[in-house]
Amino acid sequence: MSEAVLYSGEKEAEGTEGLIEDWSRDKQVFGVPWGKAMMWIFLLSDTFIFSCFLVGYMSARIATTDPWPNPSEVFALEAFGYPVPLLLIAIMTFILITSSGTMALAVNMGYRKNKKATFWLMFATAILGASFVGMQAFEWSKLIAEGVRPWENPFGAAQFGSSFFMITGFHGMHVSAGVIYLLVVAFRVKNGFYDKVPDGYKIVEIAGLYWHFVDLVWVFIFAFFYLW
Amino acid sequence: MSYVAFADRDHEQDHHDPDTFITKYVWSQDHKVIAIQYGITAILVGLIALGLSVLMRLQLGFPNEYSFINPENYYQFVTMHGMIMVIYLLTALFLGGFGNYLIPLMCGSRDMVFPYLNMLSYWTYLLSVIILIASFFVEGGSTGAGWTLYPPQAISPGTPGVDLGIILMLVSLAVFIVAFTMGGLNYITTVLQARCKGMTLMRMPLSVWGIFIATVLGLLAFPALLVSAIMMLFDKTLMTSFFMPAVSSMGVDPGYTGGSPILFQHLFWFFGHPEVYIVALPAFGIVSDLLSTHARKNIFGYRMMVWAIIVIGGLSFIVWAHHMYVSGMNPYFGFFFATTTLIIAVPTAIKVYNWVLTLWQGNIHLRVPMLFSIGFIFTFIHGGLTGLFLGNVTIDLPLSDTYFVVAHFHMVMGVSPVLVVFGAIYHWWPKITGKMYNETLGKWHFWMTFLGTYAIYLPMHYLGFAGVPRRYFAMGNTDFLPDSAQDLNAAITISAVFVAATQLLFFINMIWSLKSGPKSDPNPWDATTLEWQTPDHPPKHGNWGHELPEVHRWAYDYSVPGYEDDFIPQNVAADKAPVGEGH
Repeated sequence: MSEAVLYSGEKEAEGTEGLIEDWSRDKQVFGVPWGKAMMWIFLLSDTFIFSCFLVGYMSARIATTDPWPNPSEVFALEAFGYPVPLLLIAIMTFILITSSGTMALAVNMGYRKNKKATFWLMFATAILGASFVGMQAFEWSKLIAEGVRPWENPFGAAQFGSSFFMITGFHGMHVSAGVIYLLVVAFRVKNGFYDKVPDGYKIVEIAGLYWHFVDLVWVFIFAFFYLW
Repeated sequence: MSYVAFADRDHEQDHHDPDTFITKYVWSQDHKVIAIQYGITAILVGLIALGLSVLMRLQLGFPNEYSFINPENYYQFVTMHGMIMVIYLLTALFLGGFGNYLIPLMCGSRDMVFPYLNMLSYWTYLLSVIILIASFFVEGGSTGAGWTLYPPQAISPGTPGVDLGIILMLVSLAVFIVAFTMGGLNYITTVLQARCKGMTLMRMPLSVWGIFIATVLGLLAFPALLVSAIMMLFDKTLMTSFFMPAVSSMGVDPGYTGGSPILFQHLFWFFGHPEVYIVALPAFGIVSDLLSTHARKNIFGYRMMVWAIIVIGGLSFIVWAHHMYVSGMNPYFGFFFATTTLIIAVPTAIKVYNWVLTLWQGNIHLRVPMLFSIGFIFTFIHGGLTGLFLGNVTIDLPLSDTYFVVAHFHMVMGVSPVLVVFGAIYHWWPKITGKMYNETLGKWHFWMTFLGTYAIYLPMHYLGFAGVPRRYFAMGNTDFLPDSAQDLNAAITISAVFVAATQLLFFINMIWSLKSGPKSDPNPWDATTLEWQTPDHPPKHGNWGHELPEVHRWAYDYSVPGYEDDFIPQNVAADKAPVGEGH
């Protein structure tokens, strides 16, 4: 009986009870478009994938008896004749974080229905993402040239190469997929595709959610691989 | 990429009904057709698994009688039987099949929120099944690593199917997870965001609650399986050493170094235990609705039932290591996992009591779905009680590698969910096909299956206590086993063949019903839930004709005093009929 009353909005419970009643209301639990809700749920699931990868990596790193390679030496880059630790990775991380900034601006411009600005900002985000993948390819080829393989490496424990290639590869695939996704949405914005759909520009925000997530994951990968 | 999908459109607004055979039945985006596609595929692949179990039983009951079963084959049968039953049959049937069919109909939506993604989900699932079946035909055959695929054994020479079989198995699992994710996102978003007016979460039928929480579990648990499958695939193909320690395999050093097999077990069971509830929660939900409908009584303690489902779902993520007591672990961990495991008994017991209390003084109609539901209560209590034994470390250690465990998990997650599957198919068959089945044949099917499965699994408990080890191809001459153990094994095999053959009754019944069954009433069980109130019978594309239904009450207004009928459908307005005690 109580909910029939609640439903018509005459009486509302308070506290935890009120929260539950509120959530279990009519029709929509979250006041967001379906696509956005689904993206959040997907990202939650994806979080578990990356968590499992990272926990697996940590566990493998602790379990192995061979010494773990020193990240500041392995990932160092020669600059002006000196090996500078984490140089490349610092640039890569900077680029990816910057791309999150341009993405956030694109979302804002999308809501203002500024098609041109939205397009260019998303395009810039995609270019930054693509250059991140390019630099990752450079880092991979450098490590491969130094003899790092998934099954062995000259610096120490074999699991170093295995987990590095697996996890950065999986993340790189996410970034690449994101670049394609962003480009598709960007060009559709430009064409006026989303004018035909009510609230169509929310897709920019949905794409942005994915992109920010990929950036956030990178922060963890960065911390666990390069700083540990 | 528009998110204003079919389910929320007005009927007039650019809504094209599919008109060709292909768009209607093959590349269909209609949740009902996708559900049937999922269901048929899952049941067909389940029949393969049933056949494999019969072959296993033939060997165990009558060792050395059948020359076509050698030890390698036996392990392949064990592996594929387990994998297919747990993942490709039960998960796909409950979530892809019943989830797809029931969620939009019970929530009063026109379809899933993203029908195209839903269609992709089915075809990706079919792809994973094809890859799985292909592994039977590659050189070396399918993998024989046991359904848990523990390394190092799974990818070491000497295990059947170590070359291509295991690779195809892992790839098939990864593809399945992709398919499940596409479907699962749809189910969750539909339940959360696309219910019809008045359908609050606390008015949803428990079937939807069970399927909903199971899908959440799936989306959070399958990632662990995906990750372990990828890592093992690399261990196999790229010679990485995630799971493989430095081993000597058949006198040869395969070149692995320093991996951790226990890591795989943790990842696998972090998926594996929630998987039990991915199968069980939809069964819990569906059986609640069946019991309530056929007992003409509201479900006892609806809110507690919902919270029990949620609590079980949450707890299922912190009990996984109870599958690993024999792998060795810190005693404090053993204590922790035993405690959490036993705590799950509390919400589970709440559910069982509530089912029984729903039956209490009900107007019980012993129709086929009801028989299967009551059968489920028996088998589930049975399997649940043995779970209490195995949840304790000290009792688990001696029993772990015996038939007691086989009996336990077949009772609790084999027989019990399958009984619900049958009950649910009988219950919703008239809605899906518009035809009735033969009641008498259905009752024969129930009694023979129910009693037959007891004849299979009760003696297995005894075998387990006697110390008969599981996974063995043949017992050979062992001093500690009495000769009668073999007699019992033979009896179990006879029962198993009998039960497998009995399932023919089900298929005969369904084929007969499709061909010449009588037309069914739109609401043959006088049920309250929305799927029985559709304007067309069986429901057409779009489900609700021109106007979406509006819900005014919970799903369990049965036998409300002061009303002429003994049921009030959810979409009957509050001023037209009294509102029951629920909501």
